[in-house]
Amino acid sequence: MLDCMPEGPVEHTIGKINPAKTCQPIGAMYAALGIHNCLPHSHGSQGCCAYHRMHLARHFRDQVLASSSSFTEGASVFGGAANLKTAIRNIFEIYNPEIIAVHTTCLSETIGDDLPTIIKQSEIPEGKRVIHTNTPSYQGSHITGFSNMVRSMISYLAEATEPVKKEQVNILPGFVNPGDMREIKRILQEFGIPGIMLPDTTNVLDAPLTNRYSLYPEGGTTIAQIADTGNSKQTIALGSWASDAAGAMLLDKCKVPCVPLRTPIGLKATDDLIMTLHEKFSCEVPGSLAVERGQVVDTLIDTHFHYQGKKVVIFGDPDIVIPLTEFVLTMGMIPKYVLTGTPGARFETEIKHMLGEYQVEGSIVKAEGDLFQLHQWIKEEPVDLLIGTTYGKYIARAEDIPLVRVGFPILDRAVHPLMPIVGYRGCLRLIEMISNTLLDRRDRDVSDEDYELVM
Amino acid sequence: MAINHEVLDKILLPYPDKVKKNRIKHIVRKNPEEGCQQIEANTRTIPGIISQRGCCYAGCKGVVVGPIKDMITITHGPVGCGYYSWGTRRNKARADENTPPEQIYGAMCFITDMQEPDIVFGGEKKLAKMIDEVVEIFHPRAINICATCPIGLIGDDLGAVAKAASERHKIQVLSYNCEGYKGVSQSAGHHIANNMLLEHVIGTGDAKSEPEKYVINILGEYNIGGDSWEIERILHDIGYTIQGVLTGDSSYEEIKNIHIANLNLVMCHRSINYIAEMMEEKYGTPWLKVNFIGVEATKKSLRDLAQVTGDETFIRKTEEVIAREDSVVLPVLEQYRKICAGKIAFAFVGGSRSHHYQHLLRDLGMEVVVAGYEFAHRDDYEGRQVIPTIKLDADTKNIPELDIKPDPERYQEAHVHLNLSKEKYDEICSRIPLGYYEGMYPDMKSGNLMIDDCNHYEAEILVKRLKPDLFFAGVRDKYIAQKMGIPAKQLHSYDYSGPYAGFTGAMNFARDVAHAMTTPAWRLITPPWEKETKEPGDNNA
Repeated sequence: MLDCMPEGPVEHTIGKINPAKTCQPIGAMYAALGIHNCLPHSHGSQGCCAYHRMHLARHFRDQVLASSSSFTEGASVFGGAANLKTAIRNIFEIYNPEIIAVHTTCLSETIGDDLPTIIKQSEIPEGKRVIHTNTPSYQGSHITGFSNMVRSMISYLAEATEPVKKEQVNILPGFVNPGDMREIKRILQEFGIPGIMLPDTTNVLDAPLTNRYSLYPEGGTTIAQIADTGNSKQTIALGSWASDAAGAMLLDKCKVPCVPLRTPIGLKATDDLIMTLHEKFSCEVPGSLAVERGQVVDTLIDTHFHYQGKKVVIFGDPDIVIPLTEFVLTMGMIPKYVLTGTPGARFETEIKHMLGEYQVEGSIVKAEGDLFQLHQWIKEEPVDLLIGTTYGKYIARAEDIPLVRVGFPILDRAVHPLMPIVGYRGCLRLIEMISNTLLDRRDRDVSDEDYELVM
Repeated sequence: MAINHEVLDKILLPYPDKVKKNRIKHIVRKNPEEGCQQIEANTRTIPGIISQRGCCYAGCKGVVVGPIKDMITITHGPVGCGYYSWGTRRNKARADENTPPEQIYGAMCFITDMQEPDIVFGGEKKLAKMIDEVVEIFHPRAINICATCPIGLIGDDLGAVAKAASERHKIQVLSYNCEGYKGVSQSAGHHIANNMLLEHVIGTGDAKSEPEKYVINILGEYNIGGDSWEIERILHDIGYTIQGVLTGDSSYEEIKNIHIANLNLVMCHRSINYIAEMMEEKYGTPWLKVNFIGVEATKKSLRDLAQVTGDETFIRKTEEVIAREDSVVLPVLEQYRKICAGKIAFAFVGGSRSHHYQHLLRDLGMEVVVAGYEFAHRDDYEGRQVIPTIKLDADTKNIPELDIKPDPERYQEAHVHLNLSKEKYDEICSRIPLGYYEGMYPDMKSGNLMIDDCNHYEAEILVKRLKPDLFFAGVRDKYIAQKMGIPAKQLHSYDYSGPYAGFTGAMNFARDVAHAMTTPAWRLITPPWEKETKEPGDNNA
């Protein structure tokens, strides 16, 4: 496997070899799928839309519907206004969504299509909405695209209409699975705090198979709910790469204060979410959550010898990797290499700060990196475990290191989008995955006389 | 339920007039009394329609040149296009006597990852530097550079970058201007890739033809799920030598020398017919359309091929191999026929599969009642005899047609390639359609539908009306069909199974299809607390 990999240091300063990120539009498409009755629309050539639908369908194993402006060479020369206007007309007539969420592509961005003007000139049936966001693929990553789309939802749709803010919380969950969003909503329910999640892909990309088919699944944040985010008394933005921009927009546009937090992966980040809800809404922390937390601590102590001291690689999206690194530190593991493909120097600062707190030295932390670099580091000094996306499987095989699949995308395993890694329950799931993976490896590798019944 | 005009009208009814006018030409209900029915294909998708189609880049990089295992393909553009086409088409490849494992790059992804300044100031320098680094790190035999949408707009001169890099590194660096917006689908990209390989790679090797061997190429076979390996197993057993497979498990080294073949076999007509035709013009190499999907289709293709050789040994050996394989395969298929017989299917895939798989399904007693291609041309539906009548529109004209002249040294008449006398060759041609593809139409039953570039809306209505037992499409449509209660199999990636070609493939396919329809969960959709008023799988009443 990967026999072509060079031995020893090489000069790789330009471009990406085995990238650890993808382009903005897919993030915008994923976010838009979390609006109820919404058809995401890709303003570019139809390959972008085809690729994004394919990739999302592979990760979620669920239907992903989106349309395209289907640019041809003519549109690329003369601009895509006519294509978008035709598309908007056809979409409302044929697919009848409540709202179309348009995102751009590197093609329409390079041409410089002026989307607000084109949308203004389009025929939009009464009561229907068209929103847009700019997602130039040559900046940021898929996380940037997600962030841009959520911010646009706020800027187009959120309204502060009530004189007094409502006792409800806006949760901006970031680019996480529907299973995670479901778990965060459950935590709110345990508290009894009314909330609006934006976007919300539960019942969209983890939709059940029933006797009813609908082009638009039951889930998704409704337009009314998005409007009402402007009336909430508090926003919690989870994951700063994906959610801070929308949180800031809500503050700016509707004067809803925002607490930016890490994605609640791991004990500490979940504690922060619980404490924020407790403080901002003056609610007692429900006993059920206290039990869950106690179970996590109990399990950590019971199982620490399965993983403590092991060297681990963590790679993926920054909002996942940062709290995950914190959690493996909590577990007593050593994050040896921590990498994201998404740009942002803050990633390195935050991780290095955590490593410093736990007195871990000799680690490499990199934003805007790629998996080729990561593989080179591993060849230089190996690790015990990889935690990251499916793309890590080549390194895992080449170097014979086990891989725990976490993040986006996971293309070669199922069920993961339905199972949370957030909250205290998510902690238990992560501990189970990490611990079992290491134990399975030990069982595989040991000699007969060292093969144990109890571990 | 039969597909009648009422059903067709219902499909088209809610369409806006312009869309209706367009789509009606892409839908043909077979009626032999109407003579040769024309279908519109390879024309623009209407903006806003949820199409299955991809882009030119996907056809060029994703389909044709990406799988060449010993070439490094650098995608020049922002990160997405290269990322999505990384490892997702299941083109299996392995080391062999021509290619050591350290020169296989299939699991790798190379992208210039253009940033805003590159879009503003141009990306040529970045590309050139990346080529330099990649050569230094990996020492590939040759490099492909594939353009993405912005490249054509900002005017990066890929040809010039490639030429300079080629001179610097003394290896071939090929550039493909396969910007996603070109043409109307993947099809344009196939053509661009075909042109480049024919013009710059094929025939550049110095291998000499080997008179003691019967050498064939398999064109348009991408070794998805190991299909090519199964086809090669059968052909080797009969005694043929395979020089190149384009482009499944193929190497640059092999492709350089495919001109030495006696004959080209064409699997996927749509993606590779250009090379078949151009090799015929340049070298005189004849080609035979084959279909190794389905037991009966495989047997017919093998027999046609044996007949074309005009060699009694091949004819005899072919029958021996067929008898040997039949004895294994037919009893297995018979078991699955019990599950599959009488069932109906839809098939919406690529440029040949929707036709090829009809044969395999027929082996299992199933019928495809609605079929269509994503990106085919009229000849893939109606047969190659319509090619001269196809009007070239602006989108097609943008893809250059090469002016191919016979190679002064290597051109030989077709019968010479085949080691046949002119008379024998003519006699064989009267029986076996060399250089011809009849398209899907003759294999469709009267009353059934052909739909070009079928979209989500049309598929949904047809599923509701006809309630097929199986839905064959890509991953984008698989889960839609399943949410409607219809078992669906991906025919691009075989749901990660395979091979599906040849004899072994037929058994794999039969098993997978039977499992898809019989998996017990289909009977569990209605929970016990909901009154059972519906038949299992009957989700759409």
